[in-house]
Amino acid sequence: MEFNKIEDLLEKYFQGETSIAEEKELKDYFSSPNVAQHLEQYKPMFGYFSQVKEQKSTQDIPLKTKKRNVAWLSIAASVVVLLGVGTYFYVSEKNAALAVTQTELGTYDDPEKALAATQKALALLSSNVNVGIGSVQYIKEYEQSKNKIFKQ
Amino acid sequence: MNQNVFIELINPFKDKVFRLAKRLLTSTEEAEDATQEVIVKLWNKKENLDSYNSVEALAMTMTKNYCLDQLKSKRAGNLQIVHNNYTDREPQLDKKLEDSNSLEWVEKIISQLPEQLQILIQLRDVEQYEFDEIAKIVNMNETAIRVALSRARKKIRESMVNTHSYGIQ
Repeated sequence: MEFNKIEDLLEKYFQGETSIAEEKELKDYFSSPNVAQHLEQYKPMFGYFSQVKEQKSTQDIPLKTKKRNVAWLSIAASVVVLLGVGTYFYVSEKNAALAVTQTELGTYDDPEKALAATQKALALLSSNVNVGIGSVQYIKEYEQSKNKIFKQ
Repeated sequence: MNQNVFIELINPFKDKVFRLAKRLLTSTEEAEDATQEVIVKLWNKKENLDSYNSVEALAMTMTKNYCLDQLKSKRAGNLQIVHNNYTDREPQLDKKLEDSNSLEWVEKIISQLPEQLQILIQLRDVEQYEFDEIAKIVNMNETAIRVALSRARKKIRESMVNTHSYGIQ
């Protein structure tokens, strides 16, 4: 009978002597609806093995190595640090040079030259003010469209 | 070897790596981390993968070693992996009573076996590896594997029979 065969297979199974094919036969038997009552206790065991095999990893496969990322990060970081230090020294040196020229050339002996320099400075100031006013025009635009919307 | 070739190479056994890791580490997240770790290690080795007979066996061995290391360092750090660390593993009490002799019990029983036996059950009864393949992965001889496997299966049966008869009473 079928039962005897399954019982023999089970015996072999618990001795660790079954082949993959025989184990598959056992799994098939225990997943079928007509399992003999005295063998019912083995059903969860074989059912579990089949069920677990369905589990799958859902994550993507990462192929960028972590170590390489760290290497690139450190290179990038050192470049940033170098640039930062470089700019700092560059700027501070420039400021120092500027400070020197300002103290040396801050006064004029000839009144005409002083007038010319003052006018130049004022012209520079007014042109910058105009630039500032130019950007304020945008706000006006904004105000106009706001008014339009709110009137409607 | 480019990425596509590599992915094609590992795709057939990627889930087996994951399942073995899950068997040993219990939590899904940790198993995914382990899978990722193993795949990255393989990718870094990609130039000399050809020198291995079976990349799959190599991957399974790496997974086994990685997980055992993880468990060891967890224990050393006094953080035991116990089931109630993970809510998805411990069903509600009423559900537990309901399913008292179903598949979750089998999982629980297996998780109480020594790690070496868990690995063998996973490789043989779940993944259906032949004994010579298992021998390569766990570095044991086939006879020893059969003996250990028999021990593991009998232990599961013993616990199953106990829960089964308790269920009747």
